[in-house]
Amino acid sequence: MNNFPILTSLTLLPLVGAAIAIFAGKHARAVALLTAIAGLAGALLVWTHLPADGSLGMVERAAWAPSLGIEYHLGVDGLGALMLVLSAIVTLMSIDAAHRVHHSPGLFFGLVLLLEAGLFGSFTALNFFHWFLFWELSLIPAFFLIKLWGGPKRGPAATQFFVYTMAGSVALLLSFLAVFVSTGTMDLSELAQLASTGALEQMVTAHLGPVTLWLAIGVLAGFSVKVPMMPFHTWLPAAYAEAPSPVTMLLTGAMSKMGVYGLLRIALPLFGHQIAQIRTPLLVLAVLTVVMGAWAAAAQKDLKRVFAYSSVNHLGYCLVAIFALAVPAADQAAHASQAAALNGVILQMFNHGLTAAALFWFVSMIQFRTGGLRGIDDFGGLRKPAPVLAGLMGIALFSSLGLPGLNGFVGEFLIFRGVFPLAWVAATVSVLGLLVTAAVILTVIQKVFAGPVPEQWAQFPDLHHGERLAMAPVIGLMLLIGILPQLIVDSVNPTVINLLAHWRF
Amino acid sequence: MLAWTIYLSFAGALIEAVLPKGKAGLARWFALTIAVLGLLHAVGGYVQGFGQGRVTIIDAQWVPAMGIHYLLAADGISRVLVLLTGLAAVAGILFSWNVEHRTNEFFAFYLALIGGVYGVFLSYDLFLLFVFYEIAIVPKYFLIAIWGSTRREYGAMKLALYSFVGSAMVLIGLLAAYTASGSHSTSLVALAHAGLPVSFQMWCFPLVFTGFAILAGMWPFHTWAPTGHVAAPTAASMLLAGVVMKLGAYGCLRVGIGLFPHGLDPWGVSYLGIGSWRDVFALLAVIGIVYGALVALAQTDFKFVIGYSSVSHMGFVLLGLMTLNQIGVTGAVMQMFSHGIIAGLLFAIVGRVVYDRTHTRQFAELETMHLARRLPFAAWAFVIAGTASMGLPGFSGFVAELQILIGAWMARPWWTVAAGVGIVIGVAYTWRALQKAFFSDAVPTAHELEAEHGHKFAAITWPEITGVTLLAGTSLLVGLYPRLLLDQIEPAVKALLAGGVQ
Repeated sequence: MNNFPILTSLTLLPLVGAAIAIFAGKHARAVALLTAIAGLAGALLVWTHLPADGSLGMVERAAWAPSLGIEYHLGVDGLGALMLVLSAIVTLMSIDAAHRVHHSPGLFFGLVLLLEAGLFGSFTALNFFHWFLFWELSLIPAFFLIKLWGGPKRGPAATQFFVYTMAGSVALLLSFLAVFVSTGTMDLSELAQLASTGALEQMVTAHLGPVTLWLAIGVLAGFSVKVPMMPFHTWLPAAYAEAPSPVTMLLTGAMSKMGVYGLLRIALPLFGHQIAQIRTPLLVLAVLTVVMGAWAAAAQKDLKRVFAYSSVNHLGYCLVAIFALAVPAADQAAHASQAAALNGVILQMFNHGLTAAALFWFVSMIQFRTGGLRGIDDFGGLRKPAPVLAGLMGIALFSSLGLPGLNGFVGEFLIFRGVFPLAWVAATVSVLGLLVTAAVILTVIQKVFAGPVPEQWAQFPDLHHGERLAMAPVIGLMLLIGILPQLIVDSVNPTVINLLAHWRF
Repeated sequence: MLAWTIYLSFAGALIEAVLPKGKAGLARWFALTIAVLGLLHAVGGYVQGFGQGRVTIIDAQWVPAMGIHYLLAADGISRVLVLLTGLAAVAGILFSWNVEHRTNEFFAFYLALIGGVYGVFLSYDLFLLFVFYEIAIVPKYFLIAIWGSTRREYGAMKLALYSFVGSAMVLIGLLAAYTASGSHSTSLVALAHAGLPVSFQMWCFPLVFTGFAILAGMWPFHTWAPTGHVAAPTAASMLLAGVVMKLGAYGCLRVGIGLFPHGLDPWGVSYLGIGSWRDVFALLAVIGIVYGALVALAQTDFKFVIGYSSVSHMGFVLLGLMTLNQIGVTGAVMQMFSHGIIAGLLFAIVGRVVYDRTHTRQFAELETMHLARRLPFAAWAFVIAGTASMGLPGFSGFVAELQILIGAWMARPWWTVAAGVGIVIGVAYTWRALQKAFFSDAVPTAHELEAEHGHKFAAITWPEITGVTLLAGTSLLVGLYPRLLLDQIEPAVKALLAGGVQ
């Protein structure tokens, strides 16, 4: 497997699957399931064959358009590989949840696989052009999945999602072109190398004047929309709520990670120094994202909107950690804190993806059973008629709450462990977010699963065997990571050390 | 090989004119044959041209007393645009397959227009270039006036008048240049080496550049474009936006910048950041980009959206030219090709695939027709074309705009930011049109469903599928492998810029 272009094949696989699925008619779901399983197998293969030192492995390079600095350049480290695995898992879960697509199933599953190709491509690309291609490519299927299969207000929601993200992308693109004009390369590794010695800023200043900070802001804007960070989050609740639940799983489970990944792969390596300069305002925005996300979740009546806002909150912790660690490390202890925070961010990305996708999977199951109802006050006492559903969803909810022993805890713990010494005010205020989230999750559990059973739900059907079988591995993974986080940390930590060694704040 | 593109087209036009009337099928197949032969010659010349610089095809005395030669030559820029013309010509005929009214005359005018366009792109003699440029004006007037739709006389007349005003400005500039050079040759190469005085170039450049830029749709002289495009029959709008606007941009580059490079020098005084003709035209280009996009965002007629989007996209071409650096000008030529392909595709979908079935272009009416369900081919073809048009990576438009923006960063950073705003608005108007025309959320009423059953749209025909595949495939191919064009354009731009522009 030394010379086999595994990353290229992995990205092509869902594209081929999509082409078949579109014309497969009622067999489209089976085609998509097989493709997604093969994709997961491929991603796991990549994950288990990473270089031990945390550097980029499985590199593929080929000339593309040299005069524009465009090169076909692929490679993964622990971060990229983990995101590949996450994308593959979430796609598989999403296809599993979508077993009642009545109109144009071929197109639906084709678009889902196209989205997976976009994810795979963007998590493996090491050249800006190449990365941007897949970053934008993933938008088109996401738009149509919302637009064609969404809820009553899908039109405006899809448009808002699309135009917001594109506006962010254009800001990102313009900044990057300025970098290219100054350095003559679009290769992310080479640019990171230049930035780590401070040469990048000198070159930009020599060519364009003192605009590096503005370029950093442009790049941050692009990623902030995607994650999202306050105040760029307004597209999110509508998009998540209006999208069909399987699509919401993809949006929150995998696509939102493209934003955080971009911050780690592009923004911090290239503009670490500039981010350090505006660290305080960025931290304020990140903490606001954490706290306001949680408060907004508390005010919602629609389960999907509750989980949408709680996603804003959870990814807010990633933002807090990313900006908190953007500070020159004074001593060994600060180094250790940075490493803890970064490990926490990467774990949180994976765990949030897994947990959020699971939560929307359960919402989707509840909707099937109730003909679309998903209001938090529509239910009550469901644990009596549907104990398995209640139990499994309870585990997912507690994972979202961050209960020790479940996957959600590890990432958040590491984040707080790292952030506290680096930015104690931000850490302290963010704790508020933890508390409110806990209250929100407990409210959901109480209103949906506890209390007296309304008459209409006395015969609420529980998860059947197929559904239990589908969800069991996911819940198992939550427990496993909660108990044995080193399964992930052992592979991610070398990457973290490697990344931190090259970042300059 | 390339010269045959011209001869074939004009010969084809003559034969079309004398074909028996009433035999529409014969006229169509004959036109398609001619266009495909032209395309094959264009491709052949293109492939032969890899690794070669400027190649003289033919150089014969024409009017010796005035030093006028019949001089055809091609460098990478010409070859790219000839290739574009070949592709657009074939696609245009495929999308005119349903023209039943005076079919043979339609294709006679059509092929004459194509022949003129080929001629302009291959002429290296100023006089010859101007002759071909004028030849191209006449058939497009008749194409619109006879076979057009909405206010066709008005659109045709406006287009012709704007074109003639532009030509007149160009002609004055060319005669002045010929006189001032004293070289007794109208060859572009000879004139470029004549060393025209800087003060002369200073007034002649804006005159000639504006004259050509009118046809390229430069703001504020763009108003012929939307009305002309909308009035024209589908094939003619495809050619107008696809290649005729490129004639203007090509003239700006080859003649304007090529002959009068010092016309772009700074004036020595600067007011509000405007210190040279270069700044003036770049400003107009940027206004065109943003203004065209904003106006497109407000349209209620589908075809007008595409018409104004052409103004916006041609603004990118002009902006790229004004960067005066290798990458920006390369991007401008790339954008000429890319926009030619994509605008052709958009007009084909709007004018032929949709309008010929729905007989309306108003969004308000299209919204009630649920075209995504009833014409899925049209809807998804438009998704691809729209995606390409808004410059998403993977399509030719992205590489072109990328280079123009890079060039603009190198020249004047604020141009880039303004153009970036234009791109965002471009996303908005394309997506708005897409949703209104195809993916409306309105739930069909029982009455509408009944009407749908009573009136099924005609099935999609093979020429439409072939045409969409040809154009969309080209844009995708260039977007994924830009070196196909870059390897031709880059050396040519380098030579052109080295010819005098600093």
